[in-house]
Amino acid sequence: MAPYLRSDGRPMKTRVYVTLKNGVLDPQGKAIHHALEGLGFGGVRDVRAGKLIELDLEPDVTEDAVEEMCRKLLANTVIENYRIEKAERAA
Amino acid sequence: MKSAVIVFPGSNCDRDMAEALKLVTGRAPEMVWHRETSLPDGIDLVTIPGGFSYGDYLRSGSMAAQSPVMRAVREAADRGVPVLGVCNGFQVLTEARLLPGALMRNAGIAFVCRDVALRVENSQSVFTSGYDSGEEVVIPVAHHDGNYQADAETLDRLEGEGRVAFRYLGQCNGSARDIAGILNPAGNVLGMMPHPERAVESAHGRTDGRRLFEGLLEAVSQPA
Repeated sequence: MAPYLRSDGRPMKTRVYVTLKNGVLDPQGKAIHHALEGLGFGGVRDVRAGKLIELDLEPDVTEDAVEEMCRKLLANTVIENYRIEKAERAA
Repeated sequence: MKSAVIVFPGSNCDRDMAEALKLVTGRAPEMVWHRETSLPDGIDLVTIPGGFSYGDYLRSGSMAAQSPVMRAVREAADRGVPVLGVCNGFQVLTEARLLPGALMRNAGIAFVCRDVALRVENSQSVFTSGYDSGEEVVIPVAHHDGNYQADAETLDRLEGEGRVAFRYLGQCNGSARDIAGILNPAGNVLGMMPHPERAVESAHGRTDGRRLFEGLLEAVSQPA
């Protein structure tokens, strides 16, 4: 697997989005939804709350390693999905 | 009986657990810090107490589940040593995959702290032999993330194999099928949200938790 590298060889900041699986009840999302309605915001059909975890990685960290981080700790795959997004570090 | 209480940064029911064990077994448990890589020799019971290990960061119990000591706890469980996880301890056991499913934020969002009525669903385990099957007991809960969830297949398996140890009588936190405590397939790992260690002496107001420890003591003391 290729390591996460920018074209100039510098490491990138990687984002991991952790979200609840479909069908898993989300009490926090529900509360947020309720609060939005309380504030008078209409038209919100559903709210799901998740997490964003940013990783500042050394250049030699592979995609496989990030996958493993997600499976072992960052997400609980019993109830959560994760998505890894490579993003360049702000200059 | 030689018992151990695992202590994580943020555990706060470790002393309650230690006092309950001392009261019932007559012997103070070993307090085992989470950085330890082994358990004391000849341990008969491992307990993972309640609290807020690692401040509940990321997910309740998720950090503690990766602690060095949990490898030793897993090995002990594999050897058949009884492992009891209460509240945060239950969360740690699910995060460590020693028990199936997950404990999510309470359905009503609010922290629930009160006495709850439970039904003992299985009195055949080493943890519940002090109770009768179907018996109703009252033990306090105090948690924010006690909403037990698992897929339907897992829930059916738990029910079918008699691995639901305790069930809430009435709504508590949104748990699937009102599950309050579950066993592993071998029956030597129990995770439960209610706090039996907070109901062991008359000053607690209730003593229904005491029989869990008494049953354990008797079960462990019997030659295999």
